[in-house]
Amino acid sequence: MGFSQTKGSNAVVVVQVEGQLVVGNRHELKELVQAALDKGERRLLVDFSRTGYIDSSGLGALVSISKRIREMGGELRLSGLNDDLRSLFELTKLDTLFAITETPEQALTSF
Amino acid sequence: MTSPLRLCVRRTSASETRGSATLVTLRLPSDVNCIEEAVELVTRHCLAGHDATKTIRFRLRVVLSEALSNAIMRGNGEDHTKWVEVRAELVPEAIRVSVTDEGPGFNPGAVPEPLKPEQLDEAGGRGLYLIRKLVDAVQFNEQGNSICMILRRR
Repeated sequence: MGFSQTKGSNAVVVVQVEGQLVVGNRHELKELVQAALDKGERRLLVDFSRTGYIDSSGLGALVSISKRIREMGGELRLSGLNDDLRSLFELTKLDTLFAITETPEQALTSF
Repeated sequence: MTSPLRLCVRRTSASETRGSATLVTLRLPSDVNCIEEAVELVTRHCLAGHDATKTIRFRLRVVLSEALSNAIMRGNGEDHTKWVEVRAELVPEAIRVSVTDEGPGFNPGAVPEPLKPEQLDEAGGRGLYLIRKLVDAVQFNEQGNSICMILRRR
């Protein structure tokens, strides 16, 4: 369980969520994103292709991150949600708040 | 390292419940790092011997995680000296699971609707909403420190 960070095309920072995004590790993701913003990065993609579960605290962390990135004039995309995870975004209407693509490749070309 | 979680599984007699059932109880300290293991343990025992659909498995995991998270963080205020009790009553048709903390309780009717436009951009407040959407019935005790969730196996 954790996060890995790479630099994709279009100067996009890609954060891969491995396993879960939950109450126990949400601060780690927020810190990682803040560190990227502090370095001047403004395009971020959080990819969930290897993620089994996101809890409501994880959803809340994504909302916080999204706000922070917008405040800094940046853009955030999400990708790779499986059907179960997608249903959580739909139930909470967060699918209307985030730009979500099926694959990270689609997200990278959408910036 | 020894797990601080305390699990008990037993079959109840017909007089104790409505017909015989399996009773799973789990006691865990108020530490968010215990949630994952607790969810795994309770989910495994709740679904053992049943051909559970992927949807039921996912819903059970979600609502257990959310209820435990609420109990540990809001109910017990992450006070590691306080405990959370999980009690799952398993019958062929349904799973009835309650999560109880040592906190003063809360008024579930006063929790704002997270889908309102002014709430959508808020970081918190989605846990109870998700529980209500994903189970067949939700009940609280009078004090508001115990939630009971009923999930039909369908």
